Amino acid sequence: MVESQASRLPSDLEMLAHPPSKLKRIVSTLLLSRTALLGALIFALFLLIAIFASLLAPYDPTEQDLKLRLLPPLGMGESANPAYPLGTDNLGRDILSRLLFGSRISLIVGVSTILLSGVVGSLIGAVAGFYRGTWDNLAMRLVDVWMAFPSLLMAIAFGAALGPGLVNVVLALSLTTWVVYCRVVRAEVLSIRERDYVVAAQSIGVRDLHIILRHVLPNVLASILVVSTLQMGTVIVSEASLNFLGVGIQGSVPTWGGMLADGREFMRQAWWLATFPGLAISVVVLGINLLGDGLRDALDPRLRRT
Amino acid sequence: MKYLLQRIVLTIPVLAGVSLIVFAIMHVIPGDPVQAMFAGTGATKEQMEAMRHILGLDQPLLVQYLGYVTRAVQGDWGESIHFKQPVSLLILERMPATIELTLFSFTISLLVALPLGILSALKRNTLIDYFAMTSATLGLALPTFWVGILLIMLVSVNLGWLPGFGRIEYGFDLQRITGFYLVDSLLTGNIAAFKDALAHLVLPSFALGIPTATSLTRMVRSAMLEVIHQDYVTTARSKGLLEQVVIVRHELRNAFIPVITLIGVLLGNLLGGAVVTETIFAWPGIGRMVIQAIYSRDFLLVQGIVLFFALMRIAINLMTDVLYVWIDPRIKNI
Repeated sequence: MVESQASRLPSDLEMLAHPPSKLKRIVSTLLLSRTALLGALIFALFLLIAIFASLLAPYDPTEQDLKLRLLPPLGMGESANPAYPLGTDNLGRDILSRLLFGSRISLIVGVSTILLSGVVGSLIGAVAGFYRGTWDNLAMRLVDVWMAFPSLLMAIAFGAALGPGLVNVVLALSLTTWVVYCRVVRAEVLSIRERDYVVAAQSIGVRDLHIILRHVLPNVLASILVVSTLQMGTVIVSEASLNFLGVGIQGSVPTWGGMLADGREFMRQAWWLATFPGLAISVVVLGINLLGDGLRDALDPRLRRT
Repeated sequence: MKYLLQRIVLTIPVLAGVSLIVFAIMHVIPGDPVQAMFAGTGATKEQMEAMRHILGLDQPLLVQYLGYVTRAVQGDWGESIHFKQPVSLLILERMPATIELTLFSFTISLLVALPLGILSALKRNTLIDYFAMTSATLGLALPTFWVGILLIMLVSVNLGWLPGFGRIEYGFDLQRITGFYLVDSLLTGNIAAFKDALAHLVLPSFALGIPTATSLTRMVRSAMLEVIHQDYVTTARSKGLLEQVVIVRHELRNAFIPVITLIGVLLGNLLGGAVVTETIFAWPGIGRMVIQAIYSRDFLLVQGIVLFFALMRIAINLMTDVLYVWIDPRIKNI
């Protein structure tokens, strides 16, 4: 007993002298959670597939061959063709290739929306929390107004008004997502602005913008990262919903939501058209949510309620 | 009372903001909204000018906005280009279908989530807890529209157990009293219609309710877990109160305070989710109508529906505040 305590002592002292970096702590917490690891693995796979879709896809996702239309997936009927393992759609396009390319749109829209809404929402939230008073009141009333709209409906309405296209989808989704960042960042900044280092910086005359950018926002980054991961799943589902409803990205670009919409029309004769894109969305969102939950536990357990 | 009055007064700026955003929808359309409305219809320049005048688009923005708010308050939400009927009338006609679906779905979600969340907290780290949490995590990842399509494919098309489209089979002569088919069929004693309307409600309600049920289960569980270890619960137990009394009076009642906030938010989300679910299940409600309105570039109708949904959500938030006072008397004194 005494021996074991003695043998542990030096490493504990070492820990005190050289505490592990924040990144190491996060990684070790994530590694301890099997679900977070699974989430990270799914997310990494999704990233790789989206980036290397053109290398991985066996065919051009827009290539049509009406002779090959509605081929079932492998093992699901005599007409199944091993060259098309997930089957083909109503225009004879390879489902696997379309799924792989569809991941790109989900990733681009997801990341762009998170970046745009994250920057705008965090800045508004930081200014509101830092200055309080009128700015805070204004920002919070704006948030109240925004929260009065069901987010998907708002995205649909703005998406429809702005017109189809990748940029407009990102804009419409960002218009509904920024409030989440605004609320979280504002709440955090309200407490950070009272900390000694902020008061010290103010007392030696450092400019407010500098304090917000250099001292306040870096301390909110952990929460922003957690919110971003958890929001990414929501954004991907919303993007798919917009494409499914026909108010998203139109044309020949394969999107998971668009594939589902096509599949819906053929659900009586070809179940695979709607099944695979839905499965892809579900798996990716599940992975992102698991990773987000793990990150939240590692970085900021107080966010568990958001 | 003072608290509630305060809440009601606070909704006034929110209403003003909501009207501004709804007004903006028409004005973010790139280019001329009237041209966008009449695109491909072969409308003459005069017709478009007339519409521009009707919509007041030839006036300064502030005048347009004030005119819009004045008309909206008076119940004049404009006329649908596609349906050639007043927007408010169209919304009122289809509102019962959406509310019936939303409330039914919400009831199912509550019936599933409350016991599951409570049980998984009380039996933490048991098989029930693992089952509840795994289902909740999976449920949050499933897109409603996909679940809807799968349900139609499996339950309706392949198994033929439940209808997958519409609100009621053709041929039922149901007298419209409230517009809620379940209520109307009961009021008129039409049991066959009641059964049929109920059967039509099951699949869309289930698809719509999954995200609500999963979020609620997680929330109820975590709220219960927080309450379970509070001193007043230990005190209640140590003074020999029955376990059921401790759970219902001391744990559940307090755990419900944060849950009610979420219930308000989720009910609002259900309304938004109805847009997708109604489209998939050909449900003749407002959600489906907004998509039809978007396809036909009927922007006045889109504006009206977005305004309606926002008003509903504000009303739900107010009701949540009333519930708060009832469940947590400390709020009265704020």
